[in-house]
Amino acid sequence: MGPVISLTDIRRVFTMGDQQFEALKGISFAVSAGEFVAIMGASGSGKSTCMNILGCLDIPTSGNYHLDGLDVGGMSTDRLAEVRNRKLGFVFQGFNLLARTPAIENVELPLVYAGIPTRERHLMAQRALEQVGLSGKENNHPSQLSGGQQQRVAIARALVNSPAVILADEPTGNLDSSTSEEIMGLFTALNRQGITIIMVTHERDVAEYAARQITFRDGRIISDGQTIHSGQRG
Amino acid sequence: MDFLQTVKIALRALRTNKMRSFLTMLGIIIGIAAVIAMMAVGSGASYVISQQIASIGSNIILVLPGSTTSGGLRSGSGGSQTLTSDDVKAIMAECPSVDLAAPTVRSSALVVFGNLNWSTVLMGTTPEMFEIREWGVSAGRSINQQDVDGAAKVCLLGQTVAENLFGSSDPVGKMVRIKKVPFTVIGLLDHKGQSPQGQDQDDAVFVPLRTAQRNLIRSPFPNSVGALMVKGKSEQLLSKAEEEVNSLLKQRHRITGSKEPDFSTRNLSEILAVAEQSAKAMSLLLGAVASISLLVGGIGIMNIMLVSVTERTREIGIRMAIGAKKNDILLQFMTEAVLLTMLGGVIGIALGTGGATVVSRMLSWPTLISFQSITIAFVFSAVVGIFFGFYPAKKAAGLNPIDALRYE
Repeated sequence: MGPVISLTDIRRVFTMGDQQFEALKGISFAVSAGEFVAIMGASGSGKSTCMNILGCLDIPTSGNYHLDGLDVGGMSTDRLAEVRNRKLGFVFQGFNLLARTPAIENVELPLVYAGIPTRERHLMAQRALEQVGLSGKENNHPSQLSGGQQQRVAIARALVNSPAVILADEPTGNLDSSTSEEIMGLFTALNRQGITIIMVTHERDVAEYAARQITFRDGRIISDGQTIHSGQRG
Repeated sequence: MDFLQTVKIALRALRTNKMRSFLTMLGIIIGIAAVIAMMAVGSGASYVISQQIASIGSNIILVLPGSTTSGGLRSGSGGSQTLTSDDVKAIMAECPSVDLAAPTVRSSALVVFGNLNWSTVLMGTTPEMFEIREWGVSAGRSINQQDVDGAAKVCLLGQTVAENLFGSSDPVGKMVRIKKVPFTVIGLLDHKGQSPQGQDQDDAVFVPLRTAQRNLIRSPFPNSVGALMVKGKSEQLLSKAEEEVNSLLKQRHRITGSKEPDFSTRNLSEILAVAEQSAKAMSLLLGAVASISLLVGGIGIMNIMLVSVTERTREIGIRMAIGAKKNDILLQFMTEAVLLTMLGGVIGIALGTGGATVVSRMLSWPTLISFQSITIAFVFSAVVGIFFGFYPAKKAAGLNPIDALRYE
């Protein structure tokens, strides 16, 4: 079985006026199914740019990106939207839930755009909420939930379409340390069920939940290795 | 993404900002209501005018005798006795554009039946007049040529006269006395309604021309008649017929050069056609003014939708990240705009219809709300939504998901 994600010599150049800035200077790595990877680095290291490319939100200037067997390079924006919808699940730092919308409808959102019928959608969303331990909170609006619960809703939303990979961008950035541990515990549990997770963070202790850590500096990977104490904290 | 879901999302977005949605809609509501009300008032006016045209009959020329001067007093139009039955015959014979011509004599008369009496207009005429005015009988028969030739003492009653003398019972065959002369009622005329001048045309009694001349009016000029009614062969030939009648009568009455003619002609339907034209122009003008407010309302929609797109940039980003395509976003914002305007349109139609009804009740001005104008208003409000909603929706769909997600 081939890797779920493979990046080959990815470069990303931003042009501002006549100034050029190379955010990624030839990145290559692969992620196999079932891995839990943390991407680390200081701000400006290129980790966010890499995450945007992984998330099919941005297109690399050069290089190859294969996601679950698909060559993502050269796809139209609508085709990329479809790939995001089918293959990826997003968890953001700021939760990014729709306000004034019940939790269950937030979770259903990817399925709405996938064109899944209402009843089926509802069942799938309910199951995803159960998976993150939020049964009974289906009709609560985000404002009626704690930060941790909101992030759980966001994780349920990322899970609901059974994606190939879950991409988490600083998932604990807005949470206190005990809630962070709770969320990371959930990620670990999901990973044990076989879900591939790639997470961006700049906190070392959060990164240590992941079995593999890739560190960025100045648009390059400076280290890529296994953690010794993977998932053994708490 | 299915359409129902899109509508649901749009409705939620509109509900979130109820006050704002309502105020935005207000522009459309006022615009549509104004258009509906104005069209109703305008088409009501032209409806009344066309009713009046129908009631006098189409393409008719009136020929009136001129004024007389006696002892320095001019009697005014119709005062002289210059027109004769022979003029009518000559017009029929010699004017190719004329279809029919009929003389009338007119007087007022007291009609008596039993112990009831009714003062009304007496008209002496020939069968042609009923043909010209397309005026049939609802009971009995009309006046025929034998009645005229034999100066028969028969009469036709207008609806108002019949009502006042006979109530709901059938007057045909009964005897009435007109100016103390007994007459047999041979028929009851159809309902005709108001004339353009506001007279009740049904308040009249008709007798054969010669009967009126001999027995009822007893003018010193036994052959003279009052006004003539002339019908052209067609609407197009009407002004030609008028010219022909004019020149024939001038010739017959020996009017040459600058001598003032002793008669005048009036083309009634032409006057009414002009009135109808101006009523139509008026309602069009009112409609145009009202649609300006619709335009302003549309700009209001655009403005608010632009604000909404900016406010919801983050939401757009989330939707895009999760898999919404450009068209999904475009459709969502378009749906919102169209729902706003269509909702405004429906409320506006209700308000405009109500307003028109109030106007017609309070000012006793007839209004006419056609299904057509409602449909047009509804479609127009949707079009305003599509037109003014497109640019903001396009802007939303064109956002870059990365920037949109980062937007604070």
